Amino acid sequence: MQAKVEFFQRDRSIHPPLHAPGYKTSVTRSPRQALLSLQNSLSEVTGPVFGHNDLGPLDNDLIRNYAKTGDPIGERIIVHGRVLDESGRPIPNTLVEFWQVNAGGRYRHKKDTYLAPIDPNFGGCGRTLSDADGRYFFRTVKPGPYPWRNYVNSWRPAHIHFSIFGSGFVQRLITQMYFEGDPLIKTCPIVNAIPDPDAIDRLIAPLDLNASVPLDTLAYRFDIVLRGQRSTMFENRLEGN
Amino acid sequence: MINKLAYIKETASQTAGPYVHIGLIPHQAGFDIFATNFGNAIAGPKTEGQRITIEGRVFDGTGTPVRDVLIETWQANAAGRYNHPADTRNKPLDPDFRGWARTGSDFETGIYTIDTIKPGIVPGRHGRPMAPHINFWIVARGINVGLNTRMYFADEREANAADPVLNLIELDVRRKTLLAEPVRRDGKIVYRFDIRLQGENETVFFDV
Repeated sequence: MQAKVEFFQRDRSIHPPLHAPGYKTSVTRSPRQALLSLQNSLSEVTGPVFGHNDLGPLDNDLIRNYAKTGDPIGERIIVHGRVLDESGRPIPNTLVEFWQVNAGGRYRHKKDTYLAPIDPNFGGCGRTLSDADGRYFFRTVKPGPYPWRNYVNSWRPAHIHFSIFGSGFVQRLITQMYFEGDPLIKTCPIVNAIPDPDAIDRLIAPLDLNASVPLDTLAYRFDIVLRGQRSTMFENRLEGN
Repeated sequence: MINKLAYIKETASQTAGPYVHIGLIPHQAGFDIFATNFGNAIAGPKTEGQRITIEGRVFDGTGTPVRDVLIETWQANAAGRYNHPADTRNKPLDPDFRGWARTGSDFETGIYTIDTIKPGIVPGRHGRPMAPHINFWIVARGINVGLNTRMYFADEREANAADPVLNLIELDVRRKTLLAEPVRRDGKIVYRFDIRLQGENETVFFDV
């Protein structure tokens, strides 16, 4: 088997630019100097490794992992998919973390003051490891939309935040998953910072009735693609001798 | 029509948002949910190496501390080995050191802190040694794609002068943005590493 070493260069044309004036907060938080391109060394191709000891048994069940007096309010959903690289290879045993508002659109965060109520039975965060085939899943309630101060009447579409590791630290990715059919997606300045319409579509999870649990829980499918890694066909060792 | 390459595209990045803490460091967002939390004190009692604290703030283009930033660091152990299967060199692994830290800046002061050990020298490309350094990844509301940079140790003058990555930075004034100065405080060695997202003395960020 050939050793996989360097990662494919990141295709920045499918990512939002750092300076995206329509998303106002990016204006003062984006570098003005060009990023310095750096070939991969061991510092880039390695990254933290996680195991089942890092997780608890309910970490991927947001319906139960903060339940105090009963289940949280909201539509019960399963989110599932695969973590792949740009060559289509599954990325196994990688940490996938997620967080979201409750069904009313409120985060359990001391800085969130939106008037929708906190749900006493909903924490809003979880995590899991992808399996040997790169598959992951978790159970939660569908998050609600909420207003935010960008334009006076800006509303975030319903979304779930995702954090994914991959095997090398330069695969590290944070993104947001949206829901098929949500009319707020097309008006959102954070979504619209992405210049490529196909890249936006890939953040929208379709309803997956086949994966739902009849009479119990609907399912949405969200595949995540991290940067690919090239195989050594000719000598190109990162660390030399 | 010519053959198509069968690659698929990377998933687009989106900002971590103002409430990244509830997902990644919920104990800092004001509630307790997980039995084990990832944190910013990553040197255990048995970890080999010199204890250091890294402390600093992240500033936006107006010079204001960013108080909702999340920082992750990734580093080699004291022997200069990464705890990862791609690092196959014959150097000792430290069973008490994963090498990865995560923390948020303080909601009031904007100060972040990481308690770790000083990493060893790691070979760069073509075997050229890289000076001891810690890899940083920074996300926050308003940051559309996580920012990568490195912290170097200002007191490693000789190693820094030969470092292949620092030497890629043409302007000396910019190279200095990656150097953390040590201070002694209460018997601890503290490296001060401020990050400037924009403007005067803007930190060098890498497209890795």
